Amino acid sequence: MSFSVTEPTKGTKWFAGILVVAYAVVTIIPLLWIIATGFKSPTDSIAYPPVVVFEPTLEGYVNLFTDRTRATAQMLEEAGPPTTWYDEIARERGTVISGPSRYGERFLNSIIIGFGSTALCMILGTMAAYAFSRFKVPLKDDLLFFILSTRMMPPIAVAIPIFLMFRNLGLNDTHLGMILLYTAVNLSLSVWLLKGFIDEIPTEYEEAALIDGYTRFQAFYKVVLPQAATGIASTAIFCLIFAWNEYAFAVLLTSGTAQTAPPFIPNIIGVNGKDWPAVAAGATIFLVPVMVFTVLLRKHLLRGITFGAVRK
Amino acid sequence: MAEISLTGVSKSFGDDVALDNLTMTVPDGSFVVLLGPTGAGKTTTLRMVSGLDKPDSGDVSIGGRTMAGLTPAQRNVAMVFQQYSLYPHLTVRENLEFPLKSPVLQTPAAEIKRKVDEVAEVLQINHKLDNKATALSGGEMQRVSIGRALVRNPSVYLMDEPLSSLDAKLRADLRVELKNIQANSGATLLYVTHDQTEAMTMATHVGVLDHGKLVQFGTPRQIYEDPVSVYAASRLGQPRINILPADVFGGAPDAAKTIGLRPEHIVQGDGENSMVKRVERLGDQTRLHLDFKDHDLITVTDAHTQLKHGDIVKIRPEKPYYFDAVGARVV
Repeated sequence: MSFSVTEPTKGTKWFAGILVVAYAVVTIIPLLWIIATGFKSPTDSIAYPPVVVFEPTLEGYVNLFTDRTRATAQMLEEAGPPTTWYDEIARERGTVISGPSRYGERFLNSIIIGFGSTALCMILGTMAAYAFSRFKVPLKDDLLFFILSTRMMPPIAVAIPIFLMFRNLGLNDTHLGMILLYTAVNLSLSVWLLKGFIDEIPTEYEEAALIDGYTRFQAFYKVVLPQAATGIASTAIFCLIFAWNEYAFAVLLTSGTAQTAPPFIPNIIGVNGKDWPAVAAGATIFLVPVMVFTVLLRKHLLRGITFGAVRK
Repeated sequence: MAEISLTGVSKSFGDDVALDNLTMTVPDGSFVVLLGPTGAGKTTTLRMVSGLDKPDSGDVSIGGRTMAGLTPAQRNVAMVFQQYSLYPHLTVRENLEFPLKSPVLQTPAAEIKRKVDEVAEVLQINHKLDNKATALSGGEMQRVSIGRALVRNPSVYLMDEPLSSLDAKLRADLRVELKNIQANSGATLLYVTHDQTEAMTMATHVGVLDHGKLVQFGTPRQIYEDPVSVYAASRLGQPRINILPADVFGGAPDAAKTIGLRPEHIVQGDGENSMVKRVERLGDQTRLHLDFKDHDLITVTDAHTQLKHGDIVKIRPEKPYYFDAVGARVV
């Protein structure tokens, strides 16, 4: 058999393929388990040994989106027959729906804070990265190192000072506060990533635009940004994922109005303690926005990760 | 169109002196080629005129108006870069429209279309207008970037080795095209190159730069036939001028330290013996590498010469240049 450097042999291909599939299976099993648990009954969800084949129910989703009270026989009689399918599911457990849960609110908070901080981070990050990449900034290297050094400890290490600061500034439990916090944490990484991408764009393009009659800012906006789209998209995904999944600060700094979904989901209490199917349902729905966002930017993400490795 | 004048322009980048008190005038409607090796200050000169860099001292004026403090946009100059000249995220048409759509010009749509089509016609890129800029070949890209300069009506055109990344045939074609465009429009053009053919064929004037100083300015023929120094003489001529100790042939003036002989200024069949080391056949001409009193010499000869390695050829100088110890011309 002839040997080629670029063309893998059949055996190599099989080996690589099996490795990739095995890795994919390992990573996707927890995800599938969560999705499956969302459709289990509370009994099935904590059964031991775990049940793989079960009768699916939407009880978890109903419990996720509603608040219920235990109903006496008299109450049930007064309420009359169930009017909707979810009413019926609640009745089967001897409860009546007393109103919507706060999951929707929390989910919306996550959207506002996650996407808000990502947007802010991108706006500030690209401009800072552009300045670091193109202009003579005094103490540039020290500043860049300082910016990166803010990520050298876990952010939660400064939780107490931030908590006190937020209390004094009136930012506790506000959307603005959380957006600012996540932006501050993410900004260092995004400045570094984006600077790398902008460094790769030859300055001749902007110079050409300057000569073509545009101002520096217009050149940045019309020539640099479109070419940095790949880097901006992949950096945005990293920022969103961090802000979206952040748990510790959300627990510490939010309680009522600005609480995001992560602290809310694990604390969904059912009739008999923790309501695991509802928790799983909450987690499943929570996955969707990041997945959609990532799939939308997938093309850029792939190119972004290999950026710089392959010369055009 | 306008005259460009640089007066006492100096520029340093850190410890590197790029321009050293440069004074030069590019006459209105002329095609001036700047010659010099890498680091001589050619590109820096263009950047001073365009406004991409600011001089440390001295003044640049275009059309009699000082450019101090003006941005590139305000100077109304067009520039063609050596590479990376097209905006890769735009189509060819959008690239050509880009300068016309700038806030400075704000050209009406009908006018934009007319100009773009006109320039595309001249540069023979009209069938590629809707292609993405990155989908073009190197030659097409460079034509588009020249086109991007031509759609405007700037006071001067600046070109930084626009043809250097192209293959020989395209370079020859574009050379003719550029010269025609300049001659027909009467544009003032400041052009940087390494290539002596470009300098000889296109320039109305050549400026020879050495370490940020202008050492000679004149017509290509003047620079070629009457160089002021060894350095200026070495800029032009293919193969290069031969530089030998002044006394190898005798008859040198007192101050002369070296003698400069262009290959065509060595007469064969008369004078002193030299040995043929190598015969280089280029098709239209043949070059002889000679060994003369332990010095290497290159000369040109008949394309169908019978000479071969080891043959003895008699040579004598004709119209030699003599230079002194620092390389300045004596006679």
